[in-house]
Amino acid sequence: MTSTRIISRRRIALLSLVTVAVVAAAGIYTALAFQDARESQAAPAAVEVTRSGALPAAPYVVFRNTASGQGFGEAATVPLKDPGGQRALSGKSCDRVYGTDKLTFCLQTKHELATIFQASVFDAGWNETASWPLAGIPSRARTNASGSLVATTVFVSGHAYSGAGFSTETVIRDQAGAGTGTMEDYALILEGNRIKATDRNIWGVTFVPGQPDAFYATASSQGKIWLVRGSIAGRTLTVVRNGVECPSISPDGTHLAYKKSDTGTLTGHRSIAVLDLASGVESVLAEQQSIDDQIEWLDDSTLLYGLPRDGSEQDSDIWSIKTDPSARPALFIEHAWSPSVVRPGAR
Amino acid sequence: MYISMADRTGGKKDTETAVSPSVQDAAFRLSPVILWLGIVSMATDISSESVAAILPLYVTGFLGLSTIAFGFIDGLNQGASAIVRIAAGWASDRTGHPKRVAVAGYGLSMLARIGLLFAGGFVSLIGIIAGDRIGKGIRTAPRDALISAVAQPQYLARSFGVHRMLDNIGAATGPLLAFLILLLIPNGFSTVFVVSLAFAVIGVAALVLVVPDVTTPRAVKHPKRARPAFTWSQLKDPGLTRLLVTAGLLALLTVGDGFIYLVLQARDSFAVQWFPLLYVGTNVVYLALAVPLGRLADRWGRVRVFLGGHLALLACYLLAAAPFGGLGATVTCLVLLGLFYAATDGVLAALASRLVSPEKVATGIGAAQTVVALCRMAASAGFGILWFAIGAAPAMLVAAVALAAALAATAVLMRTAQENTSQESTPQKQDTGA
Repeated sequence: MTSTRIISRRRIALLSLVTVAVVAAAGIYTALAFQDARESQAAPAAVEVTRSGALPAAPYVVFRNTASGQGFGEAATVPLKDPGGQRALSGKSCDRVYGTDKLTFCLQTKHELATIFQASVFDAGWNETASWPLAGIPSRARTNASGSLVATTVFVSGHAYSGAGFSTETVIRDQAGAGTGTMEDYALILEGNRIKATDRNIWGVTFVPGQPDAFYATASSQGKIWLVRGSIAGRTLTVVRNGVECPSISPDGTHLAYKKSDTGTLTGHRSIAVLDLASGVESVLAEQQSIDDQIEWLDDSTLLYGLPRDGSEQDSDIWSIKTDPSARPALFIEHAWSPSVVRPGAR
Repeated sequence: MYISMADRTGGKKDTETAVSPSVQDAAFRLSPVILWLGIVSMATDISSESVAAILPLYVTGFLGLSTIAFGFIDGLNQGASAIVRIAAGWASDRTGHPKRVAVAGYGLSMLARIGLLFAGGFVSLIGIIAGDRIGKGIRTAPRDALISAVAQPQYLARSFGVHRMLDNIGAATGPLLAFLILLLIPNGFSTVFVVSLAFAVIGVAALVLVVPDVTTPRAVKHPKRARPAFTWSQLKDPGLTRLLVTAGLLALLTVGDGFIYLVLQARDSFAVQWFPLLYVGTNVVYLALAVPLGRLADRWGRVRVFLGGHLALLACYLLAAAPFGGLGATVTCLVLLGLFYAATDGVLAALASRLVSPEKVATGIGAAQTVVALCRMAASAGFGILWFAIGAAPAMLVAAVALAAALAATAVLMRTAQENTSQESTPQKQDTGA
């Protein structure tokens, strides 16, 4: 008896049958999904849209359009006075977008030979003035008030310090893309001591208005989550508070809005909280849904944030809520994500 | 003891008792079992690597910032997967039916693919990915034991090379297939999962239908005799101990491709932009060199090729530490990494399976793979600390120096084992009877 004879023709025929059947089934599924995707891309937009080759006059909101049909995934603008009105599509696809009245900063996923990621800076005419490759999946984008500095947070996988784990990579660059190095290299300081743990994650930069060197961000290590105040020149991140995730500073620089984990860990429900920087008083808002977004300030007493729409992974809505703990959330822009409020002049 | 193995190689009992591979006259003839196991692995790797390539994208879209917690738990799963290898090898030896254990492993991964289609949240996704990783841990040692059982002993490394070549064709194709699907269907994650499931089904079907239930020696000879429970002393073959120490020590200095890619990315924007293709590139080199290096190992010495492969890794560290970068350095590093894997992965399985007595082959292979996997995880963690403390290039240099020292030490350590290996075809009856 040799091993060759064990493999009978009948069994090979049966294997061929199974192979043909599953390949056919997967092939049909793929063909139908492809057809669906094509039809969806070609369908008229589900909301009222126009195309625009230039940024509107400030104030306006720039965001990612998630309405199905043509223009899905593109950066779009609406006037601040009429956020629910017709949106102007830019023709530029962005996962995260943030802007000033002079430029728009955009993080995008590009499907090519491999799925790759890129950061782009567009001028007021939506012309690309700079772009650079990103090492991971876009998560957060911010600019400072003048647009001279941009911050990115991406998810990096495959080269984390623990095997195939995920980590964040946060980098501040100038608007031409010249880097100041990854924030991994900044000194993380807790109560005067430098934290040397290697499992650090930094994410969610917000630039302090009127202080070119200062920013806030989230730092996490060994399961703890901290609010850190950063110095670009000093290359330091100094822990100032516990349990603050993805901070966003108010236009007047007096308050931080952020996600607050109910469990104090990296999983679990996230509420919206607002911190008065002068008094250190924190108030948790009444939004019941769990938040996973970097909050944006509509004005000094109103927040904007995205929530998935009906549990969809592709569609979402932007909501607004007053910073008063008793305030109720209200729908701000439907079928939209990643809001950025652009005010006139250097904000 | 050796009857069944002699049977499986076509009744050529004399090939089993020949003294040195160099005097073998039998021509290389690839066992159809190895070919089919290669096809099983190819289909399974298309399935697993297509999902692995897009999983980060899917997970972040699905979990948002909880992804960081996911990554941490996934690290624990990988540890579990490493430990499962030795257990599966032992189960394979104990039952005497490696195929049955392999079917359980491949089957579990296939079930995980089905689960992926219905993943509903953080916990279910963690469970599904854990199932896939543990399935991979289960299948490896019994599959390699099957290869070892049907291969001509003098062409063992070459036979593993053929299997690894087919395996890596799948590993290189899978990511490209997944990216192609996302290119055609921008949010086509479910399509990738369906296609992945199809290949998983083909892999399991080929294994169940076509690969024969080759039995390992003891089960044939003493079908009713209860096998002893697993003890570490079972692995006390002197040759295997040396091999485990050698492989473990070298694995402790194998810092992980991730770090090498990270260094390349710091100097080369191509490596940033096309990061997913670095992995594909390494696999392409591996598949191209798997058979030639297997042949070389059979002729020139498996220990030599195994240790020599680490020289390629050493060269890669030095290149990564060098103050210049760019596309040339990136490509050279990928070639060196592919060379390293081609010279070490299948060759280690070949070495381990020849250093233990036949009824312990799967346990021996599983032990070697568990030791290597755990030591590499420790290496990643340790190197991460070193990297953070002294910076990328100095850390790479330290790793290179330490690897060079370890290579010198293990070369001495394995010299005695090499002598044993040259007599490897002599059945180790004294061990079997114990």
